[in-house]
Amino acid sequence: MDRFVFLTFDGLSRGAVYAAFALALVLIWRGARIVNFAQGAMAVATVYAAYSVTSATGSYWLGFGAALLFGLALGVVVERGVMRFVAHTSPLNAVIVALGLVLVIQAVLGMVYGNEYRPAEAPFSRTAFTVGGLAFLSRYDVFVFAAVVALMVGLALLFTRTAVGLRLRAAAFAPEVSRLLGVNVAGMRTLAWALASAVGALAAMLVVPTGLGLHPTSMELVFVTAFTAAVVGGLDSPLGAVAGGLAVGLLLSYVSGYAGAEMTPVAVLLLLLAVLLVRPSGLFSGVAARRV
Amino acid sequence: MTDASILEVHGLVAGYGAAPVLKEVDLTVPRGAITAVLGANGAGKTTLLRTLSGLLKPTAGRIVFDGADLRGSKVERHVRRGLAHVPQGRGVVAELTVEENLRLGGLWRRDAAGLRRDMAEAYETFPALAGRRKHSGHQLSGGERQMLALARALVGRPRLLLLDEPSLGLAPRVAAQILALLRRLRDANGLTVLLVEQNVRGALSVADGGVVMSLGRVAVAASAERLRDDTALRHAYLGF
Repeated sequence: MDRFVFLTFDGLSRGAVYAAFALALVLIWRGARIVNFAQGAMAVATVYAAYSVTSATGSYWLGFGAALLFGLALGVVVERGVMRFVAHTSPLNAVIVALGLVLVIQAVLGMVYGNEYRPAEAPFSRTAFTVGGLAFLSRYDVFVFAAVVALMVGLALLFTRTAVGLRLRAAAFAPEVSRLLGVNVAGMRTLAWALASAVGALAAMLVVPTGLGLHPTSMELVFVTAFTAAVVGGLDSPLGAVAGGLAVGLLLSYVSGYAGAEMTPVAVLLLLLAVLLVRPSGLFSGVAARRV
Repeated sequence: MTDASILEVHGLVAGYGAAPVLKEVDLTVPRGAITAVLGANGAGKTTLLRTLSGLLKPTAGRIVFDGADLRGSKVERHVRRGLAHVPQGRGVVAELTVEENLRLGGLWRRDAAGLRRDMAEAYETFPALAGRRKHSGHQLSGGERQMLALARALVGRPRLLLLDEPSLGLAPRVAAQILALLRRLRDANGLTVLLVEQNVRGALSVADGGVVMSLGRVAVAASAERLRDDTALRHAYLGF
């Protein structure tokens, strides 16, 4: 029973990170109808940027901020420099280009930083609190939850309460009509990429210190897991991304705890397979939007 | 460019792919009047509006709006110049609410207070929308969507309104209401309207002038009165 409680909380904590990463994927899917297969590599690049800043300044938080800013910038560069040229072509092109980007990013990171695993320090203690002998959450877990909740609230407010959010949504739902109404649709697409990339950076900063280690390929499995979570929830649904993330986090925690950590990649891929076979549109998929 | 005309089109050629749909269109739209664009399916009416608003790039010709050449100008800038286009099918964003759609129409404006005032005025002009503020576009009827699309365009304070088949799919009474509203807007605000319509009788009942398109060109340009009363002309170009 102790183990179960511990695994549950650990799973929720991991799940929160997958939820954040899945949100990044959903943001780009909704904004550009592309699954950003380069999201993991882009995110790990921002963690390296944070690593450099932290090494230079001695401050974890400066590095954290640098990761987010670098994430914004990287999103803009990738959209303007690469993805906008394949946006209107077949979806396969976008996937291939993104995978190519992954190779490039990983290679550059390897050249600049080397290919050894670097330890990544968490800013808070990772020892779990115990309540009556039951292992609970650690300070770091609380930080992760708080960060992801803040992210979700922030995004929700942005999209529903601000003019920019309205423009982003309009540009995603009805690009032609939005242009007629004066919305800079191309600019909104770039902004969506920048935001998604920053969200991915946040997720990576949260997950890398949890024993993942910093390496150019660190985020590959996280990407697949988050992608699975997004598909489980329905690629069009932010709420689905969050629910999917938590569900997948829990599943993997139980699998890892009861069947061994080596089984987790298998479990992820089996889950993805199952969802795609049984309910490919995801659990939270709503009515298909009609253009009127 | 005379003061009396708000839009002048010279030798416009445009199309999709190899064959042009518009084959040298010349057109003058008088300021403060309602001009109907009539003609058979495939004559190029919708293509004309899409080219005027910039959604389609012309291969030749000039579009001069209030003295400014529109070629090379980006679509999203046109609404700032006072050119609004309500496309065929209305373009109500179904995933957004009535209020959000309306606000979207005026987001480019700098004056927040003016926008709020104009949105309030929109609710007065279209009371049916006022009761449905928080409803999403999905939930509106065809007539309500047309009203929303029109209200949304008006919130941008246009001087020229391009309207593509507003009465399409609407009950005759509702269609008549919308067309009558155009007259009121022309009288009250000096709004210029270029109205594409299949509903010829309805269009001619509110229009001041009309242009009949045929096979990508303007076949006839005349006053609405003449188009209604000259039987020979009507038979030849309007089929009734």
